[in-house]
Amino acid sequence: MHEAMVAQSLLATISEEAAKHNAKPVSAKISCGMLNPVNDEVLRFAFEAIAKDTPCEGVKLQIEHKPLRGQCQNCNRDFDVELPCPGCPECGSEDFALLPDAPLMLEEVELDPGAD
Amino acid sequence: MKKIDVGKKILSENEKYALENALLLTERKKLCLNMISSPGSGKTTILTRTINELRSGIKMGVIEGDIETDIDAERIRATEAPVVQINTEGACHLSAVQVNSALKALPVEDLDLIFIENVGNLVCPSAFELGETAKIVVLSVPEGDDKPAKYPAIFAKSKVLLINKIDLLQTGGQVDFDIERVKADARQLNKRIEIFPVSGKTGEGMGSWYDWLDRSVKSLRF
Repeated sequence: MHEAMVAQSLLATISEEAAKHNAKPVSAKISCGMLNPVNDEVLRFAFEAIAKDTPCEGVKLQIEHKPLRGQCQNCNRDFDVELPCPGCPECGSEDFALLPDAPLMLEEVELDPGAD
Repeated sequence: MKKIDVGKKILSENEKYALENALLLTERKKLCLNMISSPGSGKTTILTRTINELRSGIKMGVIEGDIETDIDAERIRATEAPVVQINTEGACHLSAVQVNSALKALPVEDLDLIFIENVGNLVCPSAFELGETAKIVVLSVPEGDDKPAKYPAIFAKSKVLLINKIDLLQTGGQVDFDIERVKADARQLNKRIEIFPVSGKTGEGMGSWYDWLDRSVKSLRF
């Protein structure tokens, strides 16, 4: 349920960017890591609800889930980790470290300069 | 149409306060532990026992997070440790701004260690940094041994795992809980996680947790 707070924060940031460029936001691209996940459906629902009657009404959210990355401590290779992870896909070593997870980011906003 | 590269963290407002909290704590060399678990895992029982048994060596205060009521704060108050209650009024996690106000209401200067008892929830609190020194995850035996696999984020981010209510393991087959599976699953997510099986109720196993707290407080002092 923290999607409601994410939606609020997102609305504020998108509105700020749109105001800066004096244009209407049309869509936004978001990314998140596997350990900071958002549920797409819940986030879209929450965003739609709070964006009603604001300049963000109708903004489409595109949500990218970035894989968790691991680093093998034996062969030093980086790889995508699916939990539970049996080990390095290259050398098979079970000794690997999880790399920092991707944070929740607003990557990109698409604006329609003519619409405002 | 015009595309704008933004590249901003969505929860940056929370992170701003988290950073302020972290600064306040590190400048004063205070240990601050964010306790996260499901509802009913025994966080408050662990805290009251810890405060009662370590009070001569470590000065502790508590920030209590709950959706409603000050039932837990009352239990902490009975130990005479300073406590500040935050009611989130429906929110499923504590935010850094709430902890910021709570830190200002606590006599931080007089304390060595501040516990933050987060809202009972294994999911949302893990996404909100509070500026704490470390996260402590509590998992109790009746919840089942599949929790690290099912809720990986909090186990991957915590410094310590307290496996609570181990007194129930000895009651003879009433609970299915493979403690070795929990340890292995948690270590797969987090190699450096320290794991202490404890019983907040009987006190069993608490010694290793106390030693860890003692070491952690001392490592900040010097």
